Amino acid sequence: MKNLIEIENLSVKYEKIEAIRDLNLTIREGEYIGIVGPNGGGKSTLLKTILKLVKQYKGTIKYNGTTLKKSGIRIGYVPQTNEINTMFPITVEEVVLTAKIPLKRTYFHKYSEDDYKEVEEVLKTVGIHHIAERQISDLSGGEFQKMLIARALALNPDILFLDEPTSMVDIKAQKQIYTIIKRMSKNMTIVMVTHDVKEIMKYTDRLIFLNKNILAEGDPEEVYRYEYLKPVRLIKRHKTRLEVSKK
Amino acid sequence: MIEAILKYQYLQYAIITSVLVSIVSGIIGVVIVEKKQVMMTGGIAHTSYGGVGLGYLLGFEPILGAFIFAIAAALGTNVVKNKLTGLSDVIIAIFWSLGMSLGILFIGLIPGYPPDVTSYLFGNILAVTTFNLILMFIITIVVTTVIIMFFHDWRAHLFDPEFTKIIGKPTKLMENVMLILIALTVVALIRVVGIVLVIALLSIPGATASLLTRKLHLRMLYAVGFGLIFTLFGLVISNLTDLSSGAVIVVFGFIFYITAYLIKKRVTRVKKEKI
Repeated sequence: MKNLIEIENLSVKYEKIEAIRDLNLTIREGEYIGIVGPNGGGKSTLLKTILKLVKQYKGTIKYNGTTLKKSGIRIGYVPQTNEINTMFPITVEEVVLTAKIPLKRTYFHKYSEDDYKEVEEVLKTVGIHHIAERQISDLSGGEFQKMLIARALALNPDILFLDEPTSMVDIKAQKQIYTIIKRMSKNMTIVMVTHDVKEIMKYTDRLIFLNKNILAEGDPEEVYRYEYLKPVRLIKRHKTRLEVSKK
Repeated sequence: MIEAILKYQYLQYAIITSVLVSIVSGIIGVVIVEKKQVMMTGGIAHTSYGGVGLGYLLGFEPILGAFIFAIAAALGTNVVKNKLTGLSDVIIAIFWSLGMSLGILFIGLIPGYPPDVTSYLFGNILAVTTFNLILMFIITIVVTTVIIMFFHDWRAHLFDPEFTKIIGKPTKLMENVMLILIALTVVALIRVVGIVLVIALLSIPGATASLLTRKLHLRMLYAVGFGLIFTLFGLVISNLTDLSSGAVIVVFGFIFYITAYLIKKRVTRVKKEKI
């Protein structure tokens, strides 16, 4: 598997607050990576820095060994729902069509028949083609997330970044979203930030525990045992000590 | 009334002005409501008063001064806001009060009797000059063309600027262009509703349109229509009673909005009961 993205000594600061410290990470083609960690641990910042949405950082990020523009890598992104105006007057189809806006400046642009067909296809892929005409303000949390996934897919990405795609959705929709992403992972590289560590473990090839820096990475089971069961062990030990002292 | 329109140039100017400002306020009003920039627009409008004062002091057309100050305020607020994240309210307030203060100071420095600035503050649709009209015409053409030419880009940007950036659009440039369009619209509206009431004409038609449709382009179209109804009503009442056109437009717009809101609520309830 070739290296798609190589990050070396990455540090990001928001004013004086450190979000990421001296991080090194390689994302290989075809991988399905889960990123977990505490709130404020730098998970979303890492995605946004890779996506060039955060400009101020130290270190290097190489895409296919070069810059993002030169690499020709197509990137898809599913942001957190709370960053989007869910009351905006726009339909599901119109949202997904935004992925088809040409990069070149075009005046009075009109979407082509192919654009509409492709959008219909991706809506079918995520199972929401029947609500293409629906206003986004009428969508459930799950439908909204699926629409954002469809929009990212409409870019035909080589690599897809998802920032907590299962937050704010019910359990049924969560399972559906994980299944859709798993299916997609056969054709593209996936990097997903989530809090849902138990669920993501079932699907990913590699799990990364991030808290400013990578504290653990590798086999999902191992990382889970190392980072998530550690506090439980500490509590147990603490309790035992308390019990002893009481006796 | 029709006889008077045919006879008096100021009435003809006022009607053309109503049409022009309805177009720009309808389009840009929806944008600023969706982008949650109503207060920022208020700041831009009030800052432009400094330009009006400077125009009077140095002897050039005050609306040109307003034009320069409005654009400087729009771009300046954005630059400072991006540098001092989380302080946008404070920055808007600073620009807002600084512009007004500069206007008051410049007018105070004029030797002799101070000019009457009431029409700039509260609007007078019946006092539109040929120069104002030409300026408004140019502004309307520019605003409408830029929005229609790149409508899909604007819609994508308004909905999710981060995604627009990811697909490779020049979002920073788009943001600055939008701010300039907002500043231009503010300048176009000053003669009609005045600096103090600009945000009303930018928000009430758009808000009323949002009760009727959930399509962005239709919302803009309806807002243009409502803006036209409000300004023409203001023009008629202002002509008949000598009241300030700006105040009449805003009060009428407010009553219209509340009525539309209550009707919509009632209709929705009846529909729900039927189901």
